[in-house]
Amino acid sequence: MNKLALSDEILMTIDKPARYIGNETNMVVKDTKAVDIRFCMCFPDVYEIGMSHLGIQILYDMFNRREDTYCERVYSPWPDLDKIMREKHIPLFALESQEPIKNFDFLGITLQYEMCYTNVLQILDLSGIPLLAKDRTEDDPFVLGGGPCVYNPEPLADFFDFFYIGEGETVYNQLLDIYKEHKAKGGSRKEYLEKIAEIEGIYVPSFYDVHYKEDGTIESFTKINSHAKEKIKKQVEMKLENTYYPKKPLVPYIRATQDRVVLEIQRGCIRGCRFCQAGMVYRPVRERSMDFLKEYATEMLKATGHEEISLSSLSSSDFSGLQELVYFLIEECNKQKVNISLPSLRIDAFALDVMNKVQDVRKSSLTFAPEAGTQRLRDVINKGLTEESILNGAMQAFNGGWNRVKLYFMLGLPTETEDDIEGIAVLSDRIAREYYTIPKDQRNGKVGITASTSFFVPKPFTPFQWSRMDTAEEYLNKQHFLRSKFNEQLNKKSIKYNWHEAELSVLEGVFARGDRKVAAALMAAYKEGCLFDSWTEFFDNKKWVKAFADTNIDINFYTSRERDEEEVLPWDFIDAGVTKKFLLREYKNAKEEKITPNCKLSCTNCGAMEFGGGICFLPRTEEVNA
Amino acid sequence: MMVRMKFMKTGPVKFIGHLDIMRFFQKAVRRAGLDVEYSQGFNPHQVMSFASPLGVGLTSEGEYLDVSFNSLPEKSVAIKTLNDAMNEFIQVTDMVELNSGAKNAMASVAAADYLVSVKDGYEFLTINEFQEKFNRFLLQENITILKKSKKSEKETDIKPFIYAYAFTDREFFGADNRKKSVAEEYDNGVKIYLRLSSGSVNNLKPELVTEAFCEYAGIPFNEYAFQMHRFELYTQTEDGRYIPLSEVGNEA
Repeated sequence: MNKLALSDEILMTIDKPARYIGNETNMVVKDTKAVDIRFCMCFPDVYEIGMSHLGIQILYDMFNRREDTYCERVYSPWPDLDKIMREKHIPLFALESQEPIKNFDFLGITLQYEMCYTNVLQILDLSGIPLLAKDRTEDDPFVLGGGPCVYNPEPLADFFDFFYIGEGETVYNQLLDIYKEHKAKGGSRKEYLEKIAEIEGIYVPSFYDVHYKEDGTIESFTKINSHAKEKIKKQVEMKLENTYYPKKPLVPYIRATQDRVVLEIQRGCIRGCRFCQAGMVYRPVRERSMDFLKEYATEMLKATGHEEISLSSLSSSDFSGLQELVYFLIEECNKQKVNISLPSLRIDAFALDVMNKVQDVRKSSLTFAPEAGTQRLRDVINKGLTEESILNGAMQAFNGGWNRVKLYFMLGLPTETEDDIEGIAVLSDRIAREYYTIPKDQRNGKVGITASTSFFVPKPFTPFQWSRMDTAEEYLNKQHFLRSKFNEQLNKKSIKYNWHEAELSVLEGVFARGDRKVAAALMAAYKEGCLFDSWTEFFDNKKWVKAFADTNIDINFYTSRERDEEEVLPWDFIDAGVTKKFLLREYKNAKEEKITPNCKLSCTNCGAMEFGGGICFLPRTEEVNA
Repeated sequence: MMVRMKFMKTGPVKFIGHLDIMRFFQKAVRRAGLDVEYSQGFNPHQVMSFASPLGVGLTSEGEYLDVSFNSLPEKSVAIKTLNDAMNEFIQVTDMVELNSGAKNAMASVAAADYLVSVKDGYEFLTINEFQEKFNRFLLQENITILKKSKKSEKETDIKPFIYAYAFTDREFFGADNRKKSVAEEYDNGVKIYLRLSSGSVNNLKPELVTEAFCEYAGIPFNEYAFQMHRFELYTQTEDGRYIPLSEVGNEA
C-alpha cells in the first residue's frame, strides 16, 4: 500500500475523506518505477461527480492495458481541503500512487462543462504547475484537454499545452508511443509538441496566432509553426460496435452520482435538435453490437457488484436493438436482483411495459423534454415532439398508474415570443387536465407536475452558433412573466415551477463562444477566489462581474450579439464533420420554422458522411413510433 | 441460513464510514457470486446486520456482521471467494453458522477489547509517565465524566464499565493467547489495552476514556493524538463469561 498523501489528522477533519484515499474496487495498481509513462486523468470537479464520468472509465482502462503506462486519477479537492492544502503547501496528488501530479508526464483534463474552468486553474495551481503553458519548463507535465468543451478550446488556449479534439479511442496510443521515443532520446518540450501537432485531432494552441479587428471580432487565425495543421479534424471511433470498454469499472467507497453500471449503447443522435451540441458533434450515429452489449453488461455487473445498470445514449429509443437488449437485461437482472434504469426513453407501449416490469410504479415519474411551449417554437428548434404525442404518452402512463410528470423547457430560444413562454404554462396545465379526465375512483390521487426551465445557451457547432443570447435581465423578466402565467392556470396547485440561475447561464454563454481574450477574465475570477462555480453554494456572481470589469472584457460582446455570417468564429479551425454550410442552412430553416427530418428518414447532407461509416451508410427506414 | 462473519478493517479503509462499509459488503457479496438471501417485496435487499458500527478513523480486527445465505460452499472456500472480491484492507477472517434463534450480532455485544496508541508526532508523556498516571487514573473510586447527549448533559461514572486494562499484550491477553495483530504500530510505544463495556446498554467508547484521562492528568485533550484499534467484540454467556461473537453457533 502507498502511504497516504494526507495525514490522518487532515483526513479526520475534512468532509468525506474517501474522496482522497484511492484503493477503490478495481483500481489499477502498478509499480511506478516499472513504467515509462505516467498519465494523470483529471475531472475538474468533486470526486463523486468525476467518478461518475464514463469517458474517464474508458480511457483509464484503455491506458492501463499498456504495460508501459500507468494511468492514475485526480479530482478537484473540495474547498475544505483546498484551503488546508494551500495553508500547508501540500501538493496535489494522484489517488493511486498518492504522489504529486508534478511528477507525471501528462495531466489530462476532461472538459465537460464551461463552469468548471476555474477548477481547471485550481488543479494546476495546487499541483504547482504554472497556469500559463508558456511558463512551463521541462520539469512540468504536459497539460492536455479533451471532452465536449474542446469544440471551442479558445478560452483555455493559454492554459493548455495541447487539446485532443474528438473521441479518445483513436490517437492516444500514437501520442504515448511518440512520447516514449521522445523521452528516451531526450527532446525538448516544443519538439514533442511539434511531433504530435502532425497527428489528426491534436491542436497545439501556441502554434497559432490570432489577430483581432477594431470591433473585437477575429481578423485572422493563422498557424505560425510549420508542423501545425490548417484544420484540426475531430476524432471519431468508427469501429464502435466492439471497441474499448472497461469490463471492470472502478467502484467508489462512497456513493457517486452514478452508483451503477453504465452501458453506452450508441454514440450520436439522429434527431438533429438545433440547440444541441452533442447531437451535432457526435455524428455520425454508431451503434454498439448486440453481442458486445450483452457480454459487457453481464461482465460489468459481476465485476462491480452494482445493484443497477443504466443504458447510456443521447436517445435510447432510437437504438435499433433496444427491445431485444432490454428484455435480455430484464431476464438477466431479475435473476440477480438488479434494477434497470432507462433514461431518455420515449413513452410508448414498449416503454410502459418495461417500466411496469422494472420499476416500482409508485416511485418513478415520467419525464418529457418538450424544450419549448408551442409547436411553432418546437419547429424552430427541430424538436420532433408534438403536443399530441406528449398528451398521448402522458395519458397512457396515467392509465397505467403513474401520477408524476417532470417537464423540461428552455427560455430564451431564438425567435421566442410571449406566446411561446405562456405556452409552457399552458402545456403543463393541459397535461394536468388530461389526468383529471380519469374518473376519480380510477385515478391514483392528485397529479404532480414539475416544470423546469433552464436558459438557452448557444453552443459552437450548432445552427444557433450565430444567435444572440438574452441578457440576465431579459431572462429574469421572462422567468417572472412565466411564473405569473403559471399562477393563472386552472391546475396551478398541481404544478411546481423550478428555474435556473440566470447569471450562471450568461457566464456559460461567454465561455461557450469565447475567444482567447476571455482567458484574462477567467484568470482574474480565479484570483478573486471563484471556484466550484457550478455549485450554487459557491457561485459568486459579484466576483465574476468584478473580474470582467477589471480586465475590460465586455460580457455582452460574447453573449447578446447576433454574429454575422461572414464573421470568423473562434472555433472555425476545427472540422467537426458537420459543415458550416449545413449549420447555416439549418439556422435559416429554423428562422423559417421548417422541420428537418431525422437521419433515419433521410440524409440532409450535414457533412458527417466524410467519416465513412455509421448511419450515413445504412438504408433509410420508415419511422417507427415517431 | 444465518452466517456470522468476522472481519478486519485496516489501512486507508479506516476512513470509510459505517454506511459505506455496508454498501461495500453488499457489492462484494454480489461480486463474489455468493448465494445470498434477499428480502421479499418491491425493493429486495440483502439480509445483513452489523454488530457494532466502528467509528471513522478506528481500525479493527474484530468486526462482525450477520448475513443470511440460501447456501454456501464450505467455510475456507466461502472465505476465500469473498476475500478475493474485496481488498487487502477489508478481509473476512472467520465464519460461523448461527443456530436458529441465536441473538443477532448487534443484540449480542456486551464488551470490546481496544488498543489505544499515541500516534508518532503527538507524544505528550514518556511511556513511564503515561503508565504511572494511567494506573492512578484507573485506581480512582469513581471516574465521573459529563456525558453529552443530544438532549442533555449528565454526570456518569464510567469506572464500572472499564473491565480490564494492561500496558502490554502479554499481560492483557495472557502469554499463550498473544496473536499477530494488524493494528498500526508507532515508534513512541505509548499505548494501553482496554476491555470496555460495549453494546446497546452501556456503550463506553475508548475515546471517552482517553478524554477523561487527559482531564485527570491535566493535559489538553487532542482527539487526533490517539489511534484506536478494536481487537474483539464479546457477548456474555448465561454464566457470565465473555466469549467472542464468533464462538456462538457452529462452524460454517
